[in-house]
Amino acid sequence: MSQSAVDVPPKGGFSFDLCKRNDMLTQKGLKAPSFLKTGTTIVGLIFKDGVILGADTRATEGPIVADKNCEKIHYMAPNIYCCGAGTAADTEAVTDMVSSQLRLHRYQTSRDSRVITALTLLKKHLFSYQGHVSAALVLGGVDITGPHLHTIYPHGSTDTLPFATMGSGSLAAMSVFEAKYKEGLTRDEGIQLVAEAICSGIFNDLGSGSNVDICVITKGNKEYLRNYMEPNPRTYVSSKGYSFTKKTEVLLTKITPLLERVEITEVGEAMEE
Amino acid sequence: MTFTIQIENGTEVRNAEADSQRTLYPYVTGTSVVAIKYKDGVLMASDMGGSYGSTLRYKNIERMKAIGKHSLLGASGEISDFQEILRYLDELTLNDNMWDDGNSLGPKEVHNYLTRVMYNRRNKFNPLWNTLVLGGVKNGEKYLGMVSMIGVSFEDNHVATGFGNHLARPILRDEWREDLGFEEGVKLLEKCMRVLLYRDRSAINKLQIAKMTEEGVTVSEPYSLKTFWEFKAFTNPTVGAEGSW
Repeated sequence: MSQSAVDVPPKGGFSFDLCKRNDMLTQKGLKAPSFLKTGTTIVGLIFKDGVILGADTRATEGPIVADKNCEKIHYMAPNIYCCGAGTAADTEAVTDMVSSQLRLHRYQTSRDSRVITALTLLKKHLFSYQGHVSAALVLGGVDITGPHLHTIYPHGSTDTLPFATMGSGSLAAMSVFEAKYKEGLTRDEGIQLVAEAICSGIFNDLGSGSNVDICVITKGNKEYLRNYMEPNPRTYVSSKGYSFTKKTEVLLTKITPLLERVEITEVGEAMEE
Repeated sequence: MTFTIQIENGTEVRNAEADSQRTLYPYVTGTSVVAIKYKDGVLMASDMGGSYGSTLRYKNIERMKAIGKHSLLGASGEISDFQEILRYLDELTLNDNMWDDGNSLGPKEVHNYLTRVMYNRRNKFNPLWNTLVLGGVKNGEKYLGMVSMIGVSFEDNHVATGFGNHLARPILRDEWREDLGFEEGVKLLEKCMRVLLYRDRSAINKLQIAKMTEEGVTVSEPYSLKTFWEFKAFTNPTVGAEGSW
């Protein structure tokens, strides 16, 4: 069979050609490697002057804690932040991608980004991948039309809510919100409620743990409070430090460079401006 | 009609008729039960719904019943199995009364009996598809325990079944105290039941609260909780983005 003269350009989206091979391998008993999931508690709420987002900091790989202090609140725009739950790579990549798209859009329109722009870009991307991009997001920000809070599910559906939770600890956090949320909370009340909801996830859900991150976004201002609360400190730290036993000798440390540093002098014309 | 399935090495796998003799899945189910110990005894709350799959079939099922003078049994899961357990407990209390020695079964004894029944049924691969909550007060001692359908049994200061594990337990772990008064205890239970009403699809807004004290066991009349739906984002979600969703 002769190859056609014009090569068809590759279609976008995933190619599912290897799925048959993967099915055959799993039937033969091969276990696929598990993804690094964030097994998370992420929350957001709207208060009097804007939006507060909160997240825990534990990333799990199956039953093991892979990262004790990861960052789950991602930057989208100076006035928009996004918490991500699900597969860590998916949430990072999708929020990075949409953040770049938003910046280009800002350059083109000379205006601040709106939260619904980020929402629509994320929604379009996730829907076109039919749920295979496993990213569940809580998107919040304050733009010219006011404060907004949205949840985005991996298949591409979205909700607009006054308070939202996602991740494995979402039920524990939601029970705190449903019991205690009111409209018109002040900044301190809002931060305390968010911290309480994340702590509820940290202590009652095995997939969440370590510290509480908080991000407060108001009109024209944002505060990223990394490790706002650390309710799981190391309890026993030896005050003596590490003491060597008497038999061990501490040798002198001497650094000998292996090669002489070679200095490169600039030759030729400088680059054009 | 009976038939056996032969597999390669010649052993019989299963008898189809025998399958119909054991519980494979629940049909009519009750949702969560939440209970706490308080200053004078034990409080338990449950709603009155019985779901048939995804249909809300029955809205007047009492899922909490008094056992003897001292205890109260609340159940979630298959309703017919709950009624069977009540029959077993009837038999137990009757036999106990026949001794006519002034002794009566306390909550500890009933809990132990239920644990044995549930575990033994699970060992025979024919479980009673329930999670039971047993509370009571006898001789001034408060007791609150739980047994699941596989026989896991324990006592605690506050318990919840089903969805209550995920939604009510975090609230109880934060806000339960040893010296809760009656009103405070009821408010705490109502807080949990309200969250369950909002977030559990099989919950209904018709609940009962039961009180167990040294004086005896009472189950309240059914009533409903107040709910709040007037958040601005619920009434006008697409502000700033007309036509979006």
